[in-house]
Amino acid sequence: MTATKKLNLKQKYQYLTRDMDWEPSYQKKSDIFPHEDFEGIKIVDWDGWEDPFRLTMDSYWKYQAEKEKKLYAIFDAFAQNNGHQNISDARYVNSLKLFLSGVSPLEYAAFQGYSKVGRQFSGAGARVACQMQAIDELRHSQTQQHAMSHYNKHFNGLHDAPLMHDRVWFLSVPKSFFDDARSAGPFEFLTAISFSFEYVLTNLLFVPFMSGAAYNGDMATVTFGFSAQSDEARHMTLGLEIIKFMLEQHEDNVPIVQKWIDKWFWRGFRLLSLVSMMMDYMLPNKVMSWQEAWEVYYEQSGGALFKELARYGIKPPKYQDVANAAKEHISHQLWTTFYQYGQATNFHTWIPKEEEMEWLAEKYPNTFDKYYRPRFEHWEKEHKKGNRFYNNTLPQLCQVCQVPVLFTKTEDPTAFSHCDTVHEGERYHFCSEACGEIFADEPAKYVQAVLPVHQIYKGKCGGPDLPDVLTDHYHINIGEDNFDYVGSPDEKRWNEIKGIKPLNKDNDAA
Amino acid sequence: MSVEIKTSSVSTIRNTYSHIKRRFGDKPATRYQEASYDIEPTHNFHYKPLWDPQKSLNDPSRTAIKMKDWYAISDPRQFYYGAYVGSRAKMQENAESSFKFCEKRDLISSLDESIHHKLLKYLVPFRHLNQSANMNNSMVAADSIATTVAQAHIYQAMDHLGIGQYLSRIALMIDGNTGTALHTSKAFWMDDPMWQPMRKLAEDSMVVSDWFESTLLQNLLIDKVLFSFAYEALDEWFSEMGARDVGMLTEFMRDWNKDTTRWIIAVIKTAVAESDYNKETIQAWVNHWEPRVFEALEPIALETVGKESLSKIQAELAALLKKTGLQSTGATS
Repeated sequence: MTATKKLNLKQKYQYLTRDMDWEPSYQKKSDIFPHEDFEGIKIVDWDGWEDPFRLTMDSYWKYQAEKEKKLYAIFDAFAQNNGHQNISDARYVNSLKLFLSGVSPLEYAAFQGYSKVGRQFSGAGARVACQMQAIDELRHSQTQQHAMSHYNKHFNGLHDAPLMHDRVWFLSVPKSFFDDARSAGPFEFLTAISFSFEYVLTNLLFVPFMSGAAYNGDMATVTFGFSAQSDEARHMTLGLEIIKFMLEQHEDNVPIVQKWIDKWFWRGFRLLSLVSMMMDYMLPNKVMSWQEAWEVYYEQSGGALFKELARYGIKPPKYQDVANAAKEHISHQLWTTFYQYGQATNFHTWIPKEEEMEWLAEKYPNTFDKYYRPRFEHWEKEHKKGNRFYNNTLPQLCQVCQVPVLFTKTEDPTAFSHCDTVHEGERYHFCSEACGEIFADEPAKYVQAVLPVHQIYKGKCGGPDLPDVLTDHYHINIGEDNFDYVGSPDEKRWNEIKGIKPLNKDNDAA
Repeated sequence: MSVEIKTSSVSTIRNTYSHIKRRFGDKPATRYQEASYDIEPTHNFHYKPLWDPQKSLNDPSRTAIKMKDWYAISDPRQFYYGAYVGSRAKMQENAESSFKFCEKRDLISSLDESIHHKLLKYLVPFRHLNQSANMNNSMVAADSIATTVAQAHIYQAMDHLGIGQYLSRIALMIDGNTGTALHTSKAFWMDDPMWQPMRKLAEDSMVVSDWFESTLLQNLLIDKVLFSFAYEALDEWFSEMGARDVGMLTEFMRDWNKDTTRWIIAVIKTAVAESDYNKETIQAWVNHWEPRVFEALEPIALETVGKESLSKIQAELAALLKKTGLQSTGATS
């Protein structure tokens, strides 16, 4: 062979990935890639794709196997030494219940979604990057099953997470989020998951759980978190690349991408309200408040990002200001709602302890004492009288985000931001103007939503009474998985482990 | 005497997850089980996909094959992610030392130019088939039902990418990392009449929309025939010409082929055994595709190892098909 210039690393990687691809001539390109055009995104030249990371399969196998070896050594040690006894408090495990039923199934959905887009794009560079994320997401879904496996043997509420994800009322929030992305086209999927979810919001979703684990002595979960960090870093680079690529390819893409960013920012923000409650209420040792996290990871980092994207004509998400203003409220509004519906959840709820209320008051000086502490004090008084409050009226769910209509107006924290619309003779309810707008844009999609409360009323969840729905359909073990933490078998076992004598109930009730 | 470390024993409240218990009984589960069974959503899908509005997400009707329980198909290798990367990491370690050895001693670059030419014409273009195999398996991973089925397909997809990369590196050894050999090789794939039936087969495979048909075609019919040809028959042919060292660089592929044969046989066999309807449907696909695979291979065999070698490859495939409960058409072209 004649000597020409040696390939640099970037070129070499291209030869080892996209150069294996070819221009088909026996089948039409549009038949091989039938889903690439329908969203209206114009790709002039896939050669403009910059590989967001360069990792050949041999290195991938090598590094990932090393990581797995270390991770499973920790899992084994954790189980052998009953590491669950070293966590801060058994209440912490409830955030794992939320994680395993709410987040782990999303990892699996991501595996499926990325496998799909890993086939749909005609650009081989993009396909390979998506496939690598697909197999990583499979990894996360499986290592999470393994990380939580030991907890499941010692605590309630973790035992049937995938089934609960399909059925339990509040888990339709994360499920519908990912179903929405997976049922979209390949470019919207990447905007939704790679960009909005993994790039913009990951520090508000994945990281709080892992930091929570670190602060609360959960060695199994935090080790998983560290092990997944380098995977996540790759996923973030894909998120930024897909946005820049679409914007650079054609100016007609800008308004489409803008609409997706507006939508997925808001969808993500609503999903994160579950995390906000986890951070402020469910972690015995707090990492930081939701408000602080939002300010650092969205207002500052997101602000810088959208400044950078301004040169493409991209504006910050449309309802960003509403989200910013809500930072002082959403965690409290969520936890007070879940407290009322604790009979229908796979995790326990409770009144924050006095020192936790003080922490909340300090972190939320404008809102906690004024709007939320009085509710807790009232409920606590009632609980001590033997009337633990459970709300037996099923909530109205938002047709889009599926969170109960519980959020308040920006200008008035005592009024719900509920709104509704009539579409083809049917009335639909929303938690907010932003969700209403998402509906108005694609009504044919959102009328299909399977709202859990409607399903119960339609008799599709067993029944006729709520306890039947909970046991037969949701697989919630009544008296074990649900109700208040105080008096739960989890609490009893924890007290035995720690040698804590239960409070004298008779005195309390007196 | 034995050393006994006293640990506090803590009683557990359950042995495993409820969904694993329903399937395997109330006993401690393996990591493969907890990672692979019943973690995929099965119902309450909120929206019909815009790219397939007639069906739901995770819709079992994306294949004509019907199973009462798709989890009946499992992986004899018990590969969940951790076990999978562990296995491949070992294989790549061996491959890496072979590549380093060949590089250090110039074992490939010092071969005669006519051998280089043959490698680029007959062996390296198979990397493009790894590309279509990669895509087909990514599709199956997305569309198939049950993690025990789906996960193995993303492993297949990534394996094919890796194998294509090993083949590409042989060319990069030949051209001294300039890419010219890969251009030469790709030109054969694109334009040489000998390769065109094979390229057509690859393109045809990418428009198969039934995922089970796709896995049968790709992972059994195409892979088993092509791997026998490229890494057994062709390997011998190169050896006879004095290029025995090439075999060091394709050892990964031979190991891989053994490993995946066990798996794909189990997949097809279980589906065939489920019902006569499945058996007939899959047999019809075999009848359609098997002759086409051999047709595509024939011109390459004619220029290299000779047509007789196809009979041996055919007999091997027929034996595998028999294991699954299917019948070979007996076609060698």
